[in-house]
Amino acid sequence: MESVPFVLIQGGRVVDPARDWDETADVLIENGIIRAVGRPEIPRGCRIIDADGLIVAPGLVDMHVHLREPGYEYKGTIASGTRSAAAGGVTSVAAMPNTKPVTDDPSVVGHVLEKARVGGIVNVYPVGAITKGLQGVELTEFGLMLEAGCVAFSDDGATVADTGVMRRALEYARAFGALLIQHAEDPSLVSGGCMNEGVTSSRLGLPGIPVESESIMVDRDIRLVELTGGRYHVAHLSTAGALEAVAGAQAKGLPVTCEVAPHHFSLTEEAVDGYDTYAKMAPPLRSEFDRNALLEGLARGTFSAIATDHAPHDEDSKKVEFCCAANGVIGLETLLPISLELVSGGVMTLSQCLALMTYKPARLLGIHRGELTPGFPADLVLFDLLESWQVDLNRMCGSARNTPFHGRKVRGRVKKTMVAGHIVFEDGQ
Amino acid sequence: MVRAMKSNIWNRKHLLSMRGIGQEEILSILDTAASFREVNHRDIKKVPTLRGKTIINLFYENSTRTRTSFELAGKRMSADVINMSVASSSVKKGETLIDTLATLQAMNPDVVVVRHSESGAQEFLARHLNAAIINAGDGRHAHPTQALLDILTIHDHLPIMGREDFRGLKVAICGDILHSRVARSNAQGLATMGAEVRFVGPPTLMPAKVEEAFNVKVFHRMDEGIEGVNVVMMLRLQQERMTKGYVPSVREYFHYWGLTRKRLALASETAIVMHPGPMNRGVEIASEVADDLERSVILEQVANGLAIRMAVLYRLCTPGSRS
Repeated sequence: MESVPFVLIQGGRVVDPARDWDETADVLIENGIIRAVGRPEIPRGCRIIDADGLIVAPGLVDMHVHLREPGYEYKGTIASGTRSAAAGGVTSVAAMPNTKPVTDDPSVVGHVLEKARVGGIVNVYPVGAITKGLQGVELTEFGLMLEAGCVAFSDDGATVADTGVMRRALEYARAFGALLIQHAEDPSLVSGGCMNEGVTSSRLGLPGIPVESESIMVDRDIRLVELTGGRYHVAHLSTAGALEAVAGAQAKGLPVTCEVAPHHFSLTEEAVDGYDTYAKMAPPLRSEFDRNALLEGLARGTFSAIATDHAPHDEDSKKVEFCCAANGVIGLETLLPISLELVSGGVMTLSQCLALMTYKPARLLGIHRGELTPGFPADLVLFDLLESWQVDLNRMCGSARNTPFHGRKVRGRVKKTMVAGHIVFEDGQ
Repeated sequence: MVRAMKSNIWNRKHLLSMRGIGQEEILSILDTAASFREVNHRDIKKVPTLRGKTIINLFYENSTRTRTSFELAGKRMSADVINMSVASSSVKKGETLIDTLATLQAMNPDVVVVRHSESGAQEFLARHLNAAIINAGDGRHAHPTQALLDILTIHDHLPIMGREDFRGLKVAICGDILHSRVARSNAQGLATMGAEVRFVGPPTLMPAKVEEAFNVKVFHRMDEGIEGVNVVMMLRLQQERMTKGYVPSVREYFHYWGLTRKRLALASETAIVMHPGPMNRGVEIASEVADDLERSVILEQVANGLAIRMAVLYRLCTPGSRS
């Protein structure tokens, strides 16, 4: 797109959850920054984008994404991952550190940011590892990595299982106000399991992972938060037990937050039937009981974010026996329509739903995004709330196909995605 | 020839598990097996039924009994049978499972019999490739020909138990249910036939929510579990279960869950004792029971296994017989 100083998004229904704004309005952008929302005077030479019939919202913020670069470029790259993001209306992603090398050193943070600057089309915020090499033993340089551009720390994919190490991590993080994101699965309870433990695992003869593998870890960590005062966030929370623990901690005023992945609130363990490796991830799809608890948690406001845990894989990693298959599903391109099922299903309002994908995760990560307040970068998504379409794994914008939603009929289609005033995705283009 | 071939309702390409296989289908296979049984008692144990057909046995797990059974079954029907044993299912090194099967498929066999240590391996192959597959055991999931041969064996003994069919028959499957594909396939098949299935074993060897998953009754105490049952089916307990914390010792296991003559007295007086083999004498079953030909039908199971596998191979190799 040709660079013009002024762009006006005209006539859309502007939903800006941060300010509880939901009405038809124009959004004026100047040099990539939101200038005004309402009925601003149209400056001369202004480019006008017609948003009639569309929702105009802050670009989505996904705080849990695997871009795979560096090291696993055959699964996905920063370029392909950010292309998926743009197609899903996501303008900012937090990139998990389980790359090769692991993002456990300021130099890797710098590398990721540089790659993102050159080849990425949405904003990329690296998450640093909590421990070196994700080994769960030695802490990384939280301070230096924050200065290099990290927004949080996580050993995601692995759990900081050692209680003493987690205590030190939470304690040390306080020096910088850093957020620790835990992939909460007790390894000794996971112990070779490859799906949720329950009726389906028993029927399929697959080793199961009990829900307690998550809740016990979250319970323990909350005790450590009480001890240390560190900021603690549960990644991809999937169980009723862990949710109850988080809600309890929040009631006590502890700095404990959590996110939920769309696949966990929209699918259950039954999706694994037939040994579908596209329904395999960690933590696994749970029972209907847990899924309902997650929906209640969403309605009650226990969650601070909906995050995809977008995890692209090459076909070879998935086209094997179920237990041998890699964990993870892609989610960026289906984040919005699956989340909108919460709105059509009466769990929450559109504004509440978008809040979990915009300003709430942005504030958690301390990034200046996810709002349409004048002065914020003009990251926007324009979408048709009602347009229905069918998810097709052969028509994904990224390189990976491992979606558990193949064939699902959904509503809500991204029409345009803008980052700092530039269009990075347009439907049908 | 008992009711031979009269109900040929079998139009499956694969035999992957007992799930979804109806009573009529099971009875139809039993009929076919019964008709083949006679072949195995002839002086010249060979019929030309599958001449020109190719069967490949692809075994990713050690197996003497099942492999031999499938091999003999094919050979007695004049099929060409090739055995392939693959040391382990180490996907990481070397050829993937799907590549191996694709290679075999390119040689156009009529049926590939697959045993694999991972649950679902055969369903995975069936989804991605064209070959007709018989599941000869996958992980903890399924072992359908074992279930069919067990059902045939029980069926043979119904008259002694004073019964006409499986309705209300009490079957106790005992031991390491958690790791057992035999228990799962039998539970499904026997339930389809109308039997009342019990799973008996220590809680550590019982799958989660198993009552719901398989419509069985669960007993943790052996004495209660086998009380009044018509069939006692014992499962093998592997030695490694001791080191992994499932049970503390052989001594304790045998004391509480081993099948002794004294314990067997709690079952119905006409109850039969079954075991899919190989047995661990003194671990799950006492020799006094295993060798008691009045009660133990373990060797009949082996003989019936051959007949069932002949029936299944016949059905899958000759598409005309499927419909």
